[in-house]
Amino acid sequence: MFYREAGQYKTSYADDGQIFPIRQDRYAIAVLLLVAFVVVPFTASAYLLSGILIPCLIISLAALGLNILTGYAGQLSLGTAAFMAVGAFASYNFVLRIPGIPLLLAFALAGMVAAFVGIIFGLPSLRVRGFYLAASTLATQFFIVWCLTKFSWLSNNSSSGIITAQPMQILGYTFSSPASKYLLVLSIVAVMALALKNLVRSNTGRAWMAIRDMDMAAEVIGFPPMRTKLLAFAVSSFYCGVAGALYAYAFLGTVEPDGFSLDLSFRVLFMIIIGGLGSISGSFIGAGFVFLMPIALNMFFGATGIHMPESVKSNLEQMIFGGLIIFFLIVEPHGLARLWQITKEKLRIWPFPH
Amino acid sequence: MNMRHTLAATVAAAALTAAALPAQAQEQFIPLLSYRVGDYAAGGSGFYGGMIDYFNLTNAKGGINGVKITFEECETGYVPARAVECYERLKKKNGGATAVEPLGTGAAYGLLDRVAVDKIPLTTLGYGRADSADGKTFPYVFPLITTYWSQASAMIQYLGSKEGGMAKLKGKTIVHLYHDSAYGKEPIPVLDAYAAKEGFNLVKIPIPPASGTEQGAQWAQIRQLKPDYVILWGYGVMNTVALKTARKTGFPVTKILGVWWAGSEEDVIPAGDAANNYVTMTFTPSGNYPLVEEIRKTLYAKGRGNLEDKDRIGSVYHLRGLAAGIMYVEAMRNAQEKYGKGKPITGEQMRWGFENLNIDDAKLKALGATGMMPVMKTSCADHEGSGATKVQKWNGKKWEPVTKDWIQAERDVLSKLITDSSAKYAADKKITPACAAG
Repeated sequence: MFYREAGQYKTSYADDGQIFPIRQDRYAIAVLLLVAFVVVPFTASAYLLSGILIPCLIISLAALGLNILTGYAGQLSLGTAAFMAVGAFASYNFVLRIPGIPLLLAFALAGMVAAFVGIIFGLPSLRVRGFYLAASTLATQFFIVWCLTKFSWLSNNSSSGIITAQPMQILGYTFSSPASKYLLVLSIVAVMALALKNLVRSNTGRAWMAIRDMDMAAEVIGFPPMRTKLLAFAVSSFYCGVAGALYAYAFLGTVEPDGFSLDLSFRVLFMIIIGGLGSISGSFIGAGFVFLMPIALNMFFGATGIHMPESVKSNLEQMIFGGLIIFFLIVEPHGLARLWQITKEKLRIWPFPH
Repeated sequence: MNMRHTLAATVAAAALTAAALPAQAQEQFIPLLSYRVGDYAAGGSGFYGGMIDYFNLTNAKGGINGVKITFEECETGYVPARAVECYERLKKKNGGATAVEPLGTGAAYGLLDRVAVDKIPLTTLGYGRADSADGKTFPYVFPLITTYWSQASAMIQYLGSKEGGMAKLKGKTIVHLYHDSAYGKEPIPVLDAYAAKEGFNLVKIPIPPASGTEQGAQWAQIRQLKPDYVILWGYGVMNTVALKTARKTGFPVTKILGVWWAGSEEDVIPAGDAANNYVTMTFTPSGNYPLVEEIRKTLYAKGRGNLEDKDRIGSVYHLRGLAAGIMYVEAMRNAQEKYGKGKPITGEQMRWGFENLNIDDAKLKALGATGMMPVMKTSCADHEGSGATKVQKWNGKKWEPVTKDWIQAERDVLSKLITDSSAKYAADKKITPACAAG
């Protein structure tokens, strides 16, 4: 009734090709962005900003990156955390070794380095597919972490391979308060998500999806598999690299190579599987679900006031979280984003379905 | 409601608030970033169980000059991001966090910058950055009792004394078999410095964290090298596997010296016979202390103890938690002496309390914890306070002490390394090192 497009005419190609064809969607997203950029920084507590929103946005960016590779181009990867580590350590070295380098440039360059590493480790994808490729991307994970602990130059000869992110400064302004850090992270994530949305609707994105659906057929209709796959690896790693740099600079502050472990790669992979493969919103929903749900459960048990041993609470939290994942995957194997899409389609014809 | 009723209600409410306020104010809040699930649950439940037991014992005895300790647990699962979230959630609660102990390297790094801004002391008992012992650069970080660098120094001294003098180490071969991570790499500068000073041959063999369960190649290499000693710098399942693999390759267990994270009941019991006569470092030697008996009587006998398995009372991790509890309570007592007895203190005042800790023999005796931890005295330049460790041996049933006296780390070897390393951090962060006022 409220959510329908009757009376919204598209009179130009630009109208037809916009990201959100339905007016209500456009308003909703505009309000969401307005709230995120204007209302949240002023009203949210420091806890909400630096304990929840910042890490959640950063991990969403990493999920976006993996979704390019796995969701759009169909190349299964277990190396997400490694590309994040490359981004974190590269940005640290750029800021350290090039005095006066603009921070955003350092982040972009760090993303480029990650993209380059991604291309190299993407080479096996030209020969192997599916689970075999996943096994070969495992090598990235171990190689990068090994490399960062082995060559102490990369961590400025820190005895234990730890780096300490320098203060974030842009045009003389130091981003130190939670609200300013949040705005910086939000801006970067919003711009990159928008760029990606347009990228996947372009020729490049369609090439990725063609390769994903059937690479032989894609090659026959004129998409070179080597270029397309390696481009997917590069763009994906770029996103993960920037996410890693933000993880070090805007969230943790001090990081060790071991923090970017296989465990983190798996968690990002679960996020896009639960959120929805090949969907921008799915990356955000999935990251939100995997990151926030355990915290929500933890707070819920704290708030109920039921007296039970702490270990029971902790284990119960894990069991319920696991149960929820199974539940959602049974209800909708294509992820939460698909569930949301179905809801929207139903709403369009509500209350008079055919 | 007429005017008179409203007035009466207001007065009553005001009286209630006034009555409730002092009662509320007499509490000192500690957030506990515990982990009771996941790979490291054995350590987490024992350690935080010990801390909670000690806090409950203190409260049962009337608190600190009447101030009760309150605490809240938050499950981190040993994930740094979760620990940061827990810290942010709890830091302002119940009048504000007094101090925080995350018991995890990754989590401690995530909190390092935050605690300096929030003015809440961060303690890292026997782990973390060794250079944070320098209170001028790290005013809010306290690697209490001992650090990895002190441990490395103590290990070499112990091996020297076993050979009959440090000079006898010349020409010997010592293998550093380590968990290939920040944790395992931390002591390398100290070991290198000793190798150069004493003239022994140091061979470093890393074990990738992900393949801790398969160490055939590393031990084959050790068998070829025939080293005089192997320093085992492992964590978790890696320790058990190392002991089993050493037995399989025929390397004598008596030549292995483990670190304190490789020296708990949880490490040796699964290894079975292969762990008999295995020696490790420790800063909380096992034993029957009056304090542990008191906790048994006051808490566990009444069903108020925190550990579910009563066999774990007095285990290595439990004792470490008790030692942490002692230092927290003594720091609070200290700060109250300066800032007002019987009044809760702030994080900033707690920092002063930690920086001026003095736990001597008489204090330990009064607490019933003589020998449970080394005596310690902190200062601005020395946030570690002790640096002393002991050596313990697994006899198949329990840990028994090997060295009678505490082995003191050689501060002159370490101090230059600490200053150099903390100066680099200060430069990165643009901090001017100075002692905090107050």
